[in-house]
Order: sequence, then C-alpha cells, then structure tokens
Amino acid sequence: MSLGSRDGRGLTSSTNGEIERVFREEYGRLIASLVRRFGDIDIAEEAAGEALVAALEKWPESGVPPNPGGWLTTTAGNRAIDRLRREKLRDTKHRQAAEMYDDTPHESLGLFEDNEDDRLRLMFTCCHPALAPEARIALTLRLLGGLTVEEIAQAFLVPETTMGQRITRAKKKIAAAKIPYRVPEAEDLPARVATVLAVLFLVFNEGYLASGDGDPVRTDLTAEAIRLARILHGLMPDEPEVTGLLALLLLTEARREARVRGGELVRLDDQDRGGWDRSLIAEGHGLVRECLAINRPGRYQILAAINAVHTDAPTADATDWTQIAALYDQLVQVDPSPIVALNRAVAIAELDGPEVALAQVDKLAEAAPVLASYHAFHVTRADLLRRLGRSADAREAYDAALAVCDNTAERAYLTRRRDQLV
Amino acid sequence: MTQYLLAVHGSDEDYAAIDPETMQQMFEETDRFNDKVREAGIWVFAGGLESPGTATVVDGTGDAPVMTDGPYLETKEHIGGFWIIDVPDLDEALRWAAEGSKACQGKVEVRPFQAEPSEA
Repeated sequence: MSLGSRDGRGLTSSTNGEIERVFREEYGRLIASLVRRFGDIDIAEEAAGEALVAALEKWPESGVPPNPGGWLTTTAGNRAIDRLRREKLRDTKHRQAAEMYDDTPHESLGLFEDNEDDRLRLMFTCCHPALAPEARIALTLRLLGGLTVEEIAQAFLVPETTMGQRITRAKKKIAAAKIPYRVPEAEDLPARVATVLAVLFLVFNEGYLASGDGDPVRTDLTAEAIRLARILHGLMPDEPEVTGLLALLLLTEARREARVRGGELVRLDDQDRGGWDRSLIAEGHGLVRECLAINRPGRYQILAAINAVHTDAPTADATDWTQIAALYDQLVQVDPSPIVALNRAVAIAELDGPEVALAQVDKLAEAAPVLASYHAFHVTRADLLRRLGRSADAREAYDAALAVCDNTAERAYLTRRRDQLV
Repeated sequence: MTQYLLAVHGSDEDYAAIDPETMQQMFEETDRFNDKVREAGIWVFAGGLESPGTATVVDGTGDAPVMTDGPYLETKEHIGGFWIIDVPDLDEALRWAAEGSKACQGKVEVRPFQAEPSEA
C-alpha cells in the first residue's frame, strides 16, 4: 500500500495529509495487532490497506475520529473477517488462516500493555536470525515503519522489483517455516535483541551517511530508526543496550543540522555548537546516565557515552579526550574490530600527537588489510598526514578516501580539503 | 505442529579426517541425542545414509526408466543423515538442530515440510 501521489490518488487536501500522517504513525501498531489476530502477514497488510481506503473515503467528510488508531484497527479487523468469510471455501490458505483466527484475548506476557506486546513480537519476527540481514531491515521498515516498498528500495539503492521480491520471499519463509510471532524466551533474548538493535542502527546509519547521489542525509530514515528505537526502549526499559542505542541515535541526531552546511560535511571540531539540538542532547545524556547505572556495559552504551562526552564540551578544545580514549579502550574489549581501533587512534592523536596516532593507524592496516576499502581509514590517515606537514602523502590519502566514499557531503568536504594542500 | 527435516551436511574428506576415537564419541553422542528427541515426543524418523557412491538415480519420466550410477548432484558436500521432527515452530526446530549439530559434529540444514492437505 503506497501513499500520496505515488499511487495516483493524489493526497492534496489537508485532511488527506493528516490521514497520511496518522496512518504512518499507526501502521506498525495496526499491522502488529492484525498479525496477532489473524496469524498471517499478508492478510494483515491487505486489511490495513482497506482500512486506509475507508479512512480516505470517510474522514474528509466526517473529520478524523478522536481515536484514529482504534478506528483503523476496528475497520481493518472487520474487513479481514469479511474477506476470510468470503474466501473461506475457495482457498486452502485462507481457510487455514481463518482457523487460526482467534477472537479470545491473547495471552499477555504480563510485561507490557497488549498492543505494545504485539509490536514487540512483530519486531522480533522481522529481525529473526533465520531471515537474510537485508530482509530483516526491509521487513522492519515495511511492517513496523509503514514505509512503502518503493521507499525502502530507494533507501538501499536496489530496484523496486528486487526489494519487492526480497520482502515477499521473507514473508513466505515466515509463514512456511513458522517463524514464531513472539518475544524470544529468556535464553535466546540477548542474542535476538542484539539483532533488532543492529537493524535499527543500520537503518539510522543509512539515513545519516546516505549513499548515492541524493541527499547526503535521509531524515526519513534517521527519524524512522529513532521512532522504532523509542518504541523498543518503551517496551524494554531495563535492557541497557536498548537504552544505549536510543541515546546514541539521539546524540548523533542532535548534531545533524550543524553537520552538513552548503552540501558539505562539517567535521565535529568545526561544527557550530550553537546549532546542536539541546533538548535531544539533554535527553541523550539522561539515557546514558540511566544505562551506565545498570553497569552492564555494551557496544551501544559505550558509543553513546563517547558521544555524550563530545556533546558535553562547550567548545571542541574543551573535549575531554582522556575520557574518550578510556571509553575506546573499553570498547576495544567489547568489540575488538579494526574499525574501533581506528577510532581509538583518533583520540590518541589528540592526546599523544598525530605521529603516535599515525604509527598506530599504519600498524592496524598491516594487521587488517580490509581497512583499505574503508573510507574512514583513508580520511583518518589524510588528516594525520596533513597535520604532520606531509602534504603529498596527505593528498594521496584524500584521493584514496574519495575513491571509496559515496556520500555527496563527505565527497565535497574531502575534495576541498585535498585541494587546500599545496 | 510442523514437521522439519534436519539434514546433516558434510564431505567425505571431512569424515575421513576424523580419527576413530572421535568417531566413536560422535556415534555415542548422536545416540544420546536421538534418545532425547524420542523422550521429547517429537521424533518422526531419523537415519544415517551410506556414502553417495552407493546412490543410483532413476529417471522414470521418459518412455523407459533410465538408471544412472551415483548421486543426483555431484557436489563435494552431501547429506550424511537426517532427522525428521515434529515441533511447534522454527525456534524450537533451530534449538534441536543446534543440539543435533553438536552431537554429530556436522552442519545441519533445517527445512520445513509442506503442510499435508489433510491438515488444512
């Protein structure tokens, strides 16, 4: 189901704009409750689409009802039952689905409100490890975020038909292999939550450093990732990594306005800190304190803490690099990847000078040749070489970075920096 | 409930590289795992297969059946054995597959059977 001009319906009036907003906001909740009731994702999507059509017919005349989510849920539920009755004897698949239809209230986990249970279940179903990683992202954006297949295809630079097939295949696997619609049991929960967090982080990062020739920042994707992370945090407030991820996303998002100016990336130390979103920073700092108090550190919590130190400094010079280096030391313990070690070297450059940092960076590349295809590796080297006055080497490093960087704002920044060199 | 095929995949090279003592231990652990599957009431069938060299392919789609010596797929890796279990969902099947894989020291592919028409 697509919205707006894309389906030719042309939502022009303000009511229709309002309907689109309400529908987008309610979509995840709506689909989740329908999947729980009817046990079938396709039926849930069809019924949700029919409820939208009904809203587009009714609401412009009667006005948006006081509880639009309830209205959509009731209408979609009735449409699904009508459809199942109509098709009951024709189609085995629908007959099975009809038999799965259960009018009795579902068994509550006792942890959350009912409709919140539903969305949490759907999130774990979409991010099930038996699905391909790219399918997990697509399903989460489609079923919980309410993005259209076209929008998801655009976000990940694949043709719409490819994305459509990917989503269809994943839904078929969920149904045929019986991927359960529930929150995993205690023994599986930590690993499965990690998968959900990884999906949300990937969605955010694709928005924050968008690839391709379009906008350097895709605010639709960053906003969607934050919205879903907020839901997850609301549902699992005691999981410190969930809190950590939300904090990390908010503290990163807070700097968005200052990060790209005039189509060019502005590095952290050059950003106008007056342009940072203070309310997001305050919220992020609060969440960092909350999760660190639980004392079960993890990757996202440490990354959030690093961002908290950066956003705490009134000027770039006032940054507490000792604390940042200490946090990277902790992160290396949790995630000993060459990328983490590379970021740690940036902090070392501030503490011990660019020469020490450059030696570390070059040693890293010997141990992990994979870094050569990672643009941040070349950007870091370029910056260190420039600070050491090795202009020719720095220029080479900028060229290497440009060869593997596909974000328009970052390319603009790197090109200018390179061309400043004599 | 859904039936799942848990198929153990491996190559002759892999199997040949295992010393007899380890092989004995694998058999014992697989037996223990089989007992556990039976006790859980989810056992449908299980068995180990002779090597793919013992296979014959029959093509009966033409006028007269054609027999070919050897397996249908000439791959390095092949099915060495399998379980069929009956469990409520994929998570349950994956848990059993992980345990079975550990017992027999091989990678296990989990695949659902189509629902039988009579179940519909």
